[in-house]
Parts: sequence; C-alpha cells; structure tokens
Amino acid sequence: MEKGRDVFMQGYRHGIPIGLGYFAVAFSLGIAARDYGFSAVQGFISSLITYASAGQYMGFALYATNTTLAELILLTFIINARYILMGFALNQRMPEGTPLSTRLLVGSCITDEIFGITIARPGAPTPYYTFGALIAAVPLWALGTACGISMGNILPARIVSALSVALFGMFIAVIIPPARKDKAVLGAVAVSFACSYAAVKLPYISDLSQGNRTILLTVVIAAVFAVLFPRKTEGSEGGAADED
Amino acid sequence: MKTNIYLYIFVMAFATWLMRVAASLIMKKPIQNRFFQSFLYYVPYVTLAVMTFPAIVEATQSPLAGAAALVVCIAAAWFGQGLFTVAVLGCLTVLIFELFL
Repeated sequence: MEKGRDVFMQGYRHGIPIGLGYFAVAFSLGIAARDYGFSAVQGFISSLITYASAGQYMGFALYATNTTLAELILLTFIINARYILMGFALNQRMPEGTPLSTRLLVGSCITDEIFGITIARPGAPTPYYTFGALIAAVPLWALGTACGISMGNILPARIVSALSVALFGMFIAVIIPPARKDKAVLGAVAVSFACSYAAVKLPYISDLSQGNRTILLTVVIAAVFAVLFPRKTEGSEGGAADED
Repeated sequence: MKTNIYLYIFVMAFATWLMRVAASLIMKKPIQNRFFQSFLYYVPYVTLAVMTFPAIVEATQSPLAGAAALVVCIAAAWFGQGLFTVAVLGCLTVLIFELFL
C-alpha cells in the first residue's frame, strides 16, 4: 500500500510545472478579466474555485454582456463537457466498491492537465495524488489571474512566452512515453496533431470555441481508434508515464 | 439589473464542478463494454495531443520558438525524461530561441 503522504508529495511535485504553465496562461486570462470589469480579488476568487481556463474566459466575457445565470449555467456545461468524459475515464480505473467520497474527491480535481497526469499514473486514481497536484497548481492559477488583472503588462513578454510552454511540455511528457510503447497510441497522437491543426484552419470547425473543438475531435478520433484498434478487455491499464 | 458579481462567480464555479463530478455520481464500477473501454483508453492521449498542437506554436511570441520547444519536448519525453524536466526544457528552448530571434 502506498503511503498517502508520499503520494500527495508526488502529486505536488508533478503539479509544479503545471502551476508554472497556469501562471502564464492565467496572466493573460487576467488581462482579459480586467477588461470585462473584474477586480483582482474577484479574479483571484473565481480562479481559485473554478480553475477552468476556457470556461472562465467565457464566464468573464458573459458577465460583461449581462448574461442571465441560467444562460451562464448552460454555457458552462457545454464548454466544460469534456470534464464529463475525463470523469468517466478516471472512474473507469477505480474498482467496484470505491467509496463515493473517493470518486467525488478525485473528480473535483479534474482539470485538463491534472486529469492528464492522473490517468498516466499506474493504478487506480487516488485523491492524495490529485489533491497534491491541485494544491500545487491552482494557487498559481489564481495568483496569475490576480497579477494579470492588477499588473497588466509589467511582466516582460519574453518571460510570459517561455512560461506558457511549460503546460504543453507537460502534456507531451504525458502522451509520448505510452506512444512509444503502443503503436496505436502513437497513431492516435499523430492523427490528433494533424486533425487539430486542420480544425484551426477549416471553415465552420474553426468557428467553434477551443473547448468545443477539443471535445469534438476527442470523441471522433478516440471512437475511430476504439473501433480500429480495440483493447483487450482485461487489465486495460491506462498510461505508462512513470514517476519522475 | 446586473447580477451580483460574487453570486455570478459562485454559480460559474458550481456549474463547472458539476461537470467534474458528473461521472463520479453515476458510475459504481468499471464499465465492461469493450468499445467503451477502448474509447476511454484513447481519450486522454487524444485530448492532450489536440490541446498541445498547434496551440504550443501559437503560445509563444515567435512561432518558430514554439515549434522548437515542441521538438525538444517530444525528444526529451521519448528518451525517458520526467514531467518537470520536459517542461523546463521546453521553457528554456523558448527563452533561448527568442533571445536570438
């Protein structure tokens, strides 16, 4: 049995590069939030309790246009629909009899990035790991938002530019090791890169929000690969990325 | 009348949270269906790949720096470097590239 504290610390370490990437992204989110009428404190609170990039950006923009709460809820559901899929993927890895509290705690930590590292970790997802990552990353997300609102353009563009890549570097570190081991995953990654690039250029699809493009491509590509390269039913362990 | 901003923020957070825990509220045990299992197996890799490219090239001031970071990160991850190392190498690549461009 893994020690909870060690797993938490491992999650915390893995959450740091995510947090650095978050800081940079949140900084630009903050610049937008200020334009939509949010103070640094309001931006900080929003980011601390919502921690959803595209969803928050949309929420801030909607507030400026006097959207009703009902519309806000509906649009938030749509733009964050990918979290449902991620929740299914995480719960799929938890054995029968896993307490609801464990499932809820793991689910509550879902962000694109924390989901990525959690699913890549061998074994059943545990709240110790996800909360370790969450506690490392989300305060930086909130801080970045507040800094973006209050400081605007003080941070040199060069630094923001470099930091914004941390997030993607982390994604790559999650997807490449399994791709090396499993040709089907390698194919799925290559096809995803190509389709994602095409989707930015194609008419109609490029009009969708980034969140909706992501979920559309995910459902289509993952379904096609599930049909063409199905997994053996037993022991469908997800990723292979090892600890540090 | 404009909605109270703090109520608005709270509703946004709560609606987002509901999406996160929707599956946790429904699922009691792993689903045995082979298609569904295979589908979920591919979901994370596809999602992360879609979010990475071309976004990484658009995130940096110079697209070339982002492209270089993409190549460096893939190579580092391929040869077994961990999350943190790959992320830092990506940042350094951009920093160095944009210093000279």
